[in-house]
Amino acid sequence: MANNTNNTNVDLAYRRRKSAEEMKQHVISFALMIFLTIIAFIAVGSEQFSPWFVVPFILLLAVIQVILQLYYFMHMNHKGHEAPKMFLFSGILIAAVTVLCFTTIIWW
Amino acid sequence: MHAEEKLTAETFPAEPEKATLEGKNKFIGFWLFLGGETVLFASLFATYLALNKSNGTGPSSQDLFEIPLAFTMTMILLTSSLTSVYAMYHMKNFNFKKMQLWLGLTVLLGAAFLGLEIYEFKHYVHLGHTITGSAFGSAFYLLVGTHGAHVLFGLCWALTIMIRNANRGLDLYNAPKFYVFSLYWHFIDVVWVFIFTVVYLMGMVG
Amino acid sequence: MSTVAQKKGFGATLWDYLTTVDHKKIAKLYLIAGGFFFLLGGIEALIIRIQLAVPDNNFVTAGFFNEIITMHGTTMIFLAAMPLLLGFMNAVMPLQIGARDVAFPFVNALGFWLFFFGGVFLNLSWFMGGAPDAGWTSYASLALHSEGHGIDFYVLGLQISGIGTLIGGINFLATIITMRAPGMTYMRMPLFTWTTFVASALILFAFPPLTVGLLLMMFDRIFGTAFFVPSMGGNTIIWEHLFWIFGHPEVYILILPAFGIFSEIFATFSRKRLFGYSSMVFATVLIGFLGFMVWAHHMFTTGLGPIANAIFAVATMAIAVPTGIKIFNWLFTMWGGSLKFTTPMLYAAAFIPSFIMGGVTGVMLASAPADYQYHDSYFVVAHFHYVIVGGVVLAVFAGAHYWWPKMFGKMLNDTLGKVTFWLFLIGFHLTFFIQHFLGLMGMPRRVFTFLPNHGWELGNLISSIGAIFMALGVIVLLYNVVITSIKGEKASADAWGDGRTLEWAIASPPPEYNFKQLPLIRGLDPLWVEKMQGKKEMTPAEPLGDIHMPNRSILPFIISLGLFIAAFGFLHHPDGASWSVPVMIIGGIITFGAMFLRSIIDDHGYHIHKADLMDDDDKKGVEA
Repeated sequence: MANNTNNTNVDLAYRRRKSAEEMKQHVISFALMIFLTIIAFIAVGSEQFSPWFVVPFILLLAVIQVILQLYYFMHMNHKGHEAPKMFLFSGILIAAVTVLCFTTIIWW
Repeated sequence: MHAEEKLTAETFPAEPEKATLEGKNKFIGFWLFLGGETVLFASLFATYLALNKSNGTGPSSQDLFEIPLAFTMTMILLTSSLTSVYAMYHMKNFNFKKMQLWLGLTVLLGAAFLGLEIYEFKHYVHLGHTITGSAFGSAFYLLVGTHGAHVLFGLCWALTIMIRNANRGLDLYNAPKFYVFSLYWHFIDVVWVFIFTVVYLMGMVG
Repeated sequence: MSTVAQKKGFGATLWDYLTTVDHKKIAKLYLIAGGFFFLLGGIEALIIRIQLAVPDNNFVTAGFFNEIITMHGTTMIFLAAMPLLLGFMNAVMPLQIGARDVAFPFVNALGFWLFFFGGVFLNLSWFMGGAPDAGWTSYASLALHSEGHGIDFYVLGLQISGIGTLIGGINFLATIITMRAPGMTYMRMPLFTWTTFVASALILFAFPPLTVGLLLMMFDRIFGTAFFVPSMGGNTIIWEHLFWIFGHPEVYILILPAFGIFSEIFATFSRKRLFGYSSMVFATVLIGFLGFMVWAHHMFTTGLGPIANAIFAVATMAIAVPTGIKIFNWLFTMWGGSLKFTTPMLYAAAFIPSFIMGGVTGVMLASAPADYQYHDSYFVVAHFHYVIVGGVVLAVFAGAHYWWPKMFGKMLNDTLGKVTFWLFLIGFHLTFFIQHFLGLMGMPRRVFTFLPNHGWELGNLISSIGAIFMALGVIVLLYNVVITSIKGEKASADAWGDGRTLEWAIASPPPEYNFKQLPLIRGLDPLWVEKMQGKKEMTPAEPLGDIHMPNRSILPFIISLGLFIAAFGFLHHPDGASWSVPVMIIGGIITFGAMFLRSIIDDHGYHIHKADLMDDDDKKGVEA
């Protein structure tokens, strides 16, 4: 519990402010996510770009969006998330190896 | 801290979901589960990527996927992720009624997403893209269908906790339940980000 | 609720075990079920060896032989080795970290019953049209064309069991992360707890690919999809990749807890702390990590190409390095120690050369070009039996002797233990050593018979005789168990006298709440630290107070039963049975209904009151 003083009203006010600031960060993240999504759809829908550019580009946008989700919406930037970070990154590593395998050493 | 202690806005802890041992265990346990789910969906994605060009005589991804529907579904699910963040914000502020309201909005948006997906699948079947028709069809429906099943399960979960706890207000027994649900819901959105990118967008590129 | 032992009737005991959420009782359930399936797998092994004892034999038909080898492998790995190890992890890990139970006791019970019903479902295949017959690896090219329902039993049974194992892994991880006693940092955890931790992480990440692979196979066989059907654009290699991305970490899931058991035994019976603790932890983690990077060494001959083969070959050889670190550390633990060759220590001593032999043939197999010759021959069979029997099975026997007093309050007879040890060890080497040479002489694996005059007769005969020795050793062990339960020697808390870790600080068997007061951990080998300061017990980290315990529940059993019932619906769906979908739905309603019920009832457990705890001092078992 974040008891910095013995005055619970001050603590409450402090916590409310922190919560509100964090909520602002969340709304900004959300706006960024919408923006990244729109760009990805335009990159494909406009049909102006070569697939060699578009595919890595939209994958990069997806990765950025996922980082925003994890770190802001899912609070991975908060204290107390060491174990979640370790296990999620291990999962991501194994996931990446699996996808890499299926897209390189399986063919006809 | 006793789980069912009646609390006030002042005595409600800063991190209610982790204030009891049960809460801490649920928090860690659920992140671990998400680690496993990451590998599960990766296996489904990998299978899809190996088979997505094998449409045989059926329609190909370029023939099927269209921007407006995929974009609408994405916007709906993304917004539902934000509404669940608002729900948690209100939970931290000990505002039970507002939390329930935003959770309810999340459920409505999720249901809308699911409705559109069912319509989409029926449309594809009508166009000759079936789960047994080709390897591409099998891989598509299993990947996207598994995600949809996760969305459905999430909606049932949310409704259960909302209705069950409707008359109780917030306490340290149910706070972890709401928190864990919101983690699940965000994860569903994370998976969809990859689905719309890898399946729909990459499928529409030449 | 009193903690004094009560005389119970059979019905009450049965209900106790059906509804228990106590990790100690769940551990016993795992050991009993795992032990039973070990015997079943052993009988299947004997049938194999009888059939192959002489050339041109017709003890069993070719088709039945295929079912026997498939079930032998599947049973031994999924239904015997894993549950036995999970049993030890359940019984011992919470005690070693000073916890009163695991993080999720209800889910712990659910994990057991899911495993149990999955195993029963799989073995019902013997009576319901035939067991699976495409090998324990069930490659799609063969499995999709297997007639009858054998493969469906495999797919559905393993899917159910696999969910049980996965949730068990999550449970152990959460327990170790959040419930260590005060003062127990990660680097003060005993090695068996560390190996439980890493093996559970491997379970968490390895079982999902198996889940997906089984799902794809189920869809192909039962619903007509095209994942593995080449004519529809599918690819059978996908099954192989998914299976081995699971299958290789799986063998590390088996061997790491075995390493953990031996680490405890070496330290205890050398009367010396484990040598090189930090490097042991590091090696364990490295083995776990590398275990995910090598799976395609099971697929060298499938045409992945030279670059892929080279990468996987080198990564495979690299695993020998941390394993070697561990071997040297065990030897250095013994060096200069005051060695006591009890039965567990004998197993540990025999494990070292046996496992090394398996390990070095592993490095031989890791060389991709050489593997083109070894692949699908008895050389491979010799290798993996050396590491699994020489590693995991010896560890299970050793762990059983070592922790029997803690779990059951009695010592297993050490003389009988040594008889089992020698019979089993001799049989093991007789059976499998010669198989290296049978493989090098060209004998393929998975063949139901062989022709005379190829030079294989003597080797196969010796191999089969070894199996008889192993069977005799197991029979003596069973006799030991029975005799001990009737009139075994009672065990004290520190049953072996030289306990270093926390489980030896509490009574044998422990009270239901494990620790009356959570202990304060002051270093590695916490009990030893206290002993060296002249204390007889651990220093408590909290005052005596009410202890909160979880309630028992029949729901885990019911949830698992529902899936078991639904599986029958899935099984007969391709036959067009009209009842298949209703049965699937009924099973689903039972499972999801029970899960829903669990979610909406409030189960806050019960409290053991301080007054009862203070009374217990007089009525408990023998103290240290």
